Amino acid sequence: MQSWYFSEQSYYPAWDRDVTPKVTSPSSLVDPEIAHRLLRDYIEECKLCDSLGLNIMANEHHATYTCMNVSCLMTLGIIASHTTNARLLALGVPVMSRMDPYRIAEEIAYVDTLSRGRLELGLIKGTAFELYISNAHPVTAPDRYWEAHDLIVAALSKRDGSLSYESRNFNYRYMNVIPPCYQKPTPPMWLTTLSTNTAKEAARRGHVLAITAVAKAARQSFPLYREEFLKTHGRPAPLDRFAYLGYVAVARDEATAIERGRKILDFVKASERIEPRFINPPGALPHADNARFLKAGTTVTHRNKLLPDGTPMSNPPTPREQILNNVLFAGTPDQVYQQIKTFYDSVGGFGQLLVQAGGTMSHDEICDSLRLYATEVQPRLTALTKSHALAA
Amino acid sequence: MQTNATSGQSRQVPLSGVDLEVWEGGKGRTVLFLHPGDGFDASAPYVSALASRFRVIAPSHPGFGRSSLPPSISSVDDLSYFYLDFIETQGLEDIVVLGVSLGGWIAAEIGVKSTARIAGLCLVDTVGAKFAGPMTREIFDLFSVPQYEQARHLYHDPKLQQQTYAHLDDETATRMARNHESFALFGWSPTLHSQKLADRLHRIKVPTRLIWGAEDRVVPPDYGRHWESAIPGASMEIIDQAGHYPHIEQPEHFVASVARFVDTLPAGGGGKSSDSP
Repeated sequence: MQSWYFSEQSYYPAWDRDVTPKVTSPSSLVDPEIAHRLLRDYIEECKLCDSLGLNIMANEHHATYTCMNVSCLMTLGIIASHTTNARLLALGVPVMSRMDPYRIAEEIAYVDTLSRGRLELGLIKGTAFELYISNAHPVTAPDRYWEAHDLIVAALSKRDGSLSYESRNFNYRYMNVIPPCYQKPTPPMWLTTLSTNTAKEAARRGHVLAITAVAKAARQSFPLYREEFLKTHGRPAPLDRFAYLGYVAVARDEATAIERGRKILDFVKASERIEPRFINPPGALPHADNARFLKAGTTVTHRNKLLPDGTPMSNPPTPREQILNNVLFAGTPDQVYQQIKTFYDSVGGFGQLLVQAGGTMSHDEICDSLRLYATEVQPRLTALTKSHALAA
Repeated sequence: MQTNATSGQSRQVPLSGVDLEVWEGGKGRTVLFLHPGDGFDASAPYVSALASRFRVIAPSHPGFGRSSLPPSISSVDDLSYFYLDFIETQGLEDIVVLGVSLGGWIAAEIGVKSTARIAGLCLVDTVGAKFAGPMTREIFDLFSVPQYEQARHLYHDPKLQQQTYAHLDDETATRMARNHESFALFGWSPTLHSQKLADRLHRIKVPTRLIWGAEDRVVPPDYGRHWESAIPGASMEIIDQAGHYPHIEQPEHFVASVARFVDTLPAGGGGKSSDSP
C-alpha cells in the first residue's frame, strides 16, 4: 500500500463568515499574512511526509476559500524542490477547465524532470462549478476532455520532433514539449471518477482508478474495473490500479482523533456551501437528471446522505457517521488500521490510499496525525497489500 | 403528424442532417416564428392568436423539442445558415421572420446574411449583439440561474415568476431539460451574443420592428434602443406589463404589435401556400 498525503490547502479562517466560499466570494476576506503562513505550513507538511516515507498528492480549485491551490502542477514543482523521495501525484489537472493542452503538457514535463521522474498524473474532468470560472463550455466539455487528454499524452509521448494538430477544439502548428518528461513515455496515469463508464474506460487504458470519499462508488466501480481490465489486458488488475481517498485523523487517544476528524469534516461542510445556481451548469448532467431537478425545484450534490443501513445521517454528518460510511478513518492507530482494513476487504482491496487531512486542523495536529499514520498504520497497510498480492 | 388544439399541425422535416420538428398553422402572410431559449409550445395563447392572422411556421430549433441535433450545428451562426436553407427549400418568399430572445438573435443573424426571401424582421426582446465595453455585461446571464428559477428573471408578473414544474410528466420535463441544454450550447459563451453581430446589423436591408417588454430584466429596453440605432430604419414598440417574454405575458398586445408591423409591409406572396405538398 502506498499512501499519499493530501490537503486542499484551504483558507479556513474565512469559513465562519456569512458568505458563500465559492465563485463570487470577496477575496478581501483573506488576510495575506495568514494565507502566507498556511501555505508555508503546507510545504512543511510535505517535507515531513517525504521524511516519513509518505507520498504527496495535490489538486487544484479556483475562486474558493476551500482550496488555495490554483495549480497542482505549480505546487508540485515547488514541492519537488523541497523533497527527494516522495512520489508526487497531480490529481488532478482539470482538463475541461484548463483550455490549453500544450501548456499542460509542458508543465507536466517540467515537474517530472525537476523531480527526476517522481510525478504521477491525473488528467481529470474537474468540478462542474469551475466551468463558470473558466468559461469552458459545459455542453461540449465532456467530448473536449477526452480529446485534450489524448492530445496531452500524444504530445508527451512524442520525442522525435513536433506534432501538428488540427481539430474543431484545438489547433497547433508545432507541439513540441521541451524538456520532455523524465519518465517514458509519460508519468503513470490516474483517473478520478464517480461514473462506472469512466471507471471501465480507466481499466481499458490501464490508468489507476481513484475514488474520492464515496465508498458506494468504490464498491460499484472496482469490480467493473477488474472485469474490464482482465478483458482488455488478459491478466488480473494489480492492486496498485485501485485508489481510495479518505479523510484520515490519527491520535494517541480516540477522543482526540474524533475531534481531529470533526475538523477535517469542516472542509466538507464548507465545500457544500455553494450556491445551487453554480452546482449544475447546463449540459453537465444527463437530461433525465436535469428533468428531475426541474420538477423538484432544487439541485442536490452527489454527497451521500444515508448510513449503510439506509438511515439518514445527521446534517451535517458526525465523525462517527462518516466512519461508518468509510469516508472518515479516525481513531487510534489500531482503530484506523482496522477501519481501513474493513473497507479494504469490502471492496476487494486497493493499493493506494489518498490520506486527506486539513479542514480546520492546526499544522501541529496535521503533523502529529501524519507521524502516527506513517509509523503505526502505514507499515501494517504495506504488510496487508503484500500478503494480498502473495495470496493472489 | 400531430394536430394541436390551435388547428395547427406538427410534422418532421428532414433537412441538412436534421430531423426538424415544424409546427404550422393559420392562413395569411407567412410568419416564420423562431422561438426563445425554452422552446416552442404550440398550446400557448399567443400561437393561436398569431395563427388567426397569419400562416405561422414554427420550427423547433435543432436540439429543441423533437428536432435532432447533429454535431455540425453548434452555434447561432450555424442555425442562421440552417434556416436560410430551410426558407429556401420550403419555397418561402416575402416572409416575415419573427424571433423572440434567442430566436431574435437567430433572425438577426439570418438578416445580416441574406434577406432575399424576407419582407421584414420582427425582433422581440432579442439578445445576440454586444454594444457596451468588456467590463459591462448587458445581457443577464441566464445560465447562472438554475432552469427551475429562470421564470423569476423572464417574467414581470409575480405569478408567472413563481411557476413550478412538479406537475410535468417525465417526458415533458426531459424535453425541457434538453431544450435548456441546447440553449446553453448556442448561448454559453460569449453569453448570449456574438462579438461581431453589432457591426453587421447595418446589413439588414428590410423593414425591422423591435418589440420590447417594458419590464424586461434580461435585456432592458435601453439595450433594445441600441438595436434600433444599429439597424437602418428600425423602429421599436414597447409593451407594458411585460418582461422578457411579452408574447407570453401580453399575447394580445404582442400579436397586435406584430400585426401593425406586418400591415406596413408591401403585400407578398409568401411562397408556397400551406396547402402545398
